[in-house]
Amino acid sequence: MADSSWLTKFPVMERTDLLAIRKTLDEAYREFSRSYGDPIESFFDPLLRFLVWFEKLLLNSPWWAVIIALTVLVYFASRSWKQCLGVIAALMLIGYFGMWDNTMRTLSIITVCTLLSIFIGIPIGITMARSDKVQAVVTPTLDIMQTMPAFVYLIPVVMLLGIGKVPGVIAVVIYAVPPVIRLTNLGIRLVEKEVVEAATAFGANSWQRLWDVQLPLAMPTIMAGINQTIMMALAMVVIASMIGVKGLGQPVLKSITNQYFTLGLFNGLAIVALAIIFDRVSQAYARRAHRHLERIESA
Amino acid sequence: MPDPFIQVEGLYKVFGARPQSVMDQVRGGKSKDNILAETSHAIGLRNINLSIDKGGIFVIMGLSGSGKSTLIRHFNRLIDPTEGRIVIDGVDVLALTQKDLEKFRRHKMSMVFQQFGLMPHKTVIENIAYGLSIQGVNKKSRVEKARHWLEAVELGGYEDQYPIQLSGGQQQRVGLARALCTDADILLMDEPFSALDPLIRSEMQGQLIRLQEKLQKTIIFITHDLDEALLLGSRIAILKDGELIQEGEPKDIMLNPIDDYVAAFVKNVKRANFSAS
Repeated sequence: MADSSWLTKFPVMERTDLLAIRKTLDEAYREFSRSYGDPIESFFDPLLRFLVWFEKLLLNSPWWAVIIALTVLVYFASRSWKQCLGVIAALMLIGYFGMWDNTMRTLSIITVCTLLSIFIGIPIGITMARSDKVQAVVTPTLDIMQTMPAFVYLIPVVMLLGIGKVPGVIAVVIYAVPPVIRLTNLGIRLVEKEVVEAATAFGANSWQRLWDVQLPLAMPTIMAGINQTIMMALAMVVIASMIGVKGLGQPVLKSITNQYFTLGLFNGLAIVALAIIFDRVSQAYARRAHRHLERIESA
Repeated sequence: MPDPFIQVEGLYKVFGARPQSVMDQVRGGKSKDNILAETSHAIGLRNINLSIDKGGIFVIMGLSGSGKSTLIRHFNRLIDPTEGRIVIDGVDVLALTQKDLEKFRRHKMSMVFQQFGLMPHKTVIENIAYGLSIQGVNKKSRVEKARHWLEAVELGGYEDQYPIQLSGGQQQRVGLARALCTDADILLMDEPFSALDPLIRSEMQGQLIRLQEKLQKTIIFITHDLDEALLLGSRIAILKDGELIQEGEPKDIMLNPIDDYVAAFVKNVKRANFSAS
């Protein structure tokens, strides 16, 4: 009789074959990064220069100037004195507890990552909203990007670009960009059909339709996406510190390996404070910009 | 005999993945339900032929699902037909390139929608001026013109309100003003008054009649209400399951309904008029 051990034991591939597959793929990717690593790295040079410049700007400015600048920004976004006071208090506490420099580093990288995610995400979302075929390809890709453990895509990024700011930013953007893509797509698709038809019926071309009707009406949804993107970028900062991104993540990482509970907690709280500032401000801005979509009494 | 202002010839619309593949069966007269069941293609319109003269209100009437909203969207090609020909004022609409089509929509015809289709993020005056802004008219002259039409629909003072702040009737007046503001010859009205309550509806009908006396546009008006059709229409076409079953002056329809379907409509109206008098 034939060997029936496959009934009790899962028929596994030969160890040597598996090893061969891993070897070939690793070898191929290593080869790729050896030959293309440098040009790709120099492609990201402008980004690196900007990152360094922006971080230095935040670090070298006197602390009170940074607080004033941020408060002014917050006021213009939210028009609320309460939020401004909250921001000042949070930043003062962070500084008092000796986390100012790291907070500035994190603030700089989050700002850059958010802007990059918006510049990449919104055009992709628009393309997705215009074509069901593109949507059918992009949606599963985003699903994979979001469920793949973040550590896994740190590996190829590091292999290609080494450790440092740029690979950190790339990892954070990969992790954080899906919500803004998804919600741009959703927001545009949810714009009332008759309104879009009306624009078409009056002779608007697709650019006028997008710019004048679809994007403004999708904006509350897009803002929700941007908000989520910021939150995810902040969450990713700790993981990105593993590949040399300086900021609040590094002390957290140090605390995990050395069991420094308080150090971890303080830096964690500083991240939370940043998250609250970003969240409140972006939401307040979204609400303020779209008041007229709700029924309000005429002033 | 001169060509009619608007001419529709042999217009077919089939919805589905591969409309051309079922056209033979559609032309062969197979019923809508059978084609839907066998090929999962839905017939929107079947062999529509219409001649519409300049001036006057041409009413297209039918119940929901009869294809009337599909038909009106063919005049400005919000929907492209599967087969057929549409000639408007000497222009073969289906032969227009995208650019020419946009130009044609900007200047030749405008549209009023059932759910108003106003832009919620623009003020009333910006909404009315929308067509002109698409044409690239400068802000000063388009606001001036929009204000004129705002007065014409008796909404003076509401310039800077947002649509959501207005009642349904007021919103549709904005929709009407927006359509009139581009000075297009042809006005497409897709059940414009169906979403309004009866009192407002008859007020709006009155306003449309008064405006039309002055403007003498060519209006294509969709409704499911024969009372409305009789009140407004200089001619009425009745649509059923995507086919045109009768077309004529209101009194022709009332006196000689062509089949039971039309007769049922007419009977309802007669009864209503009778009980009202």
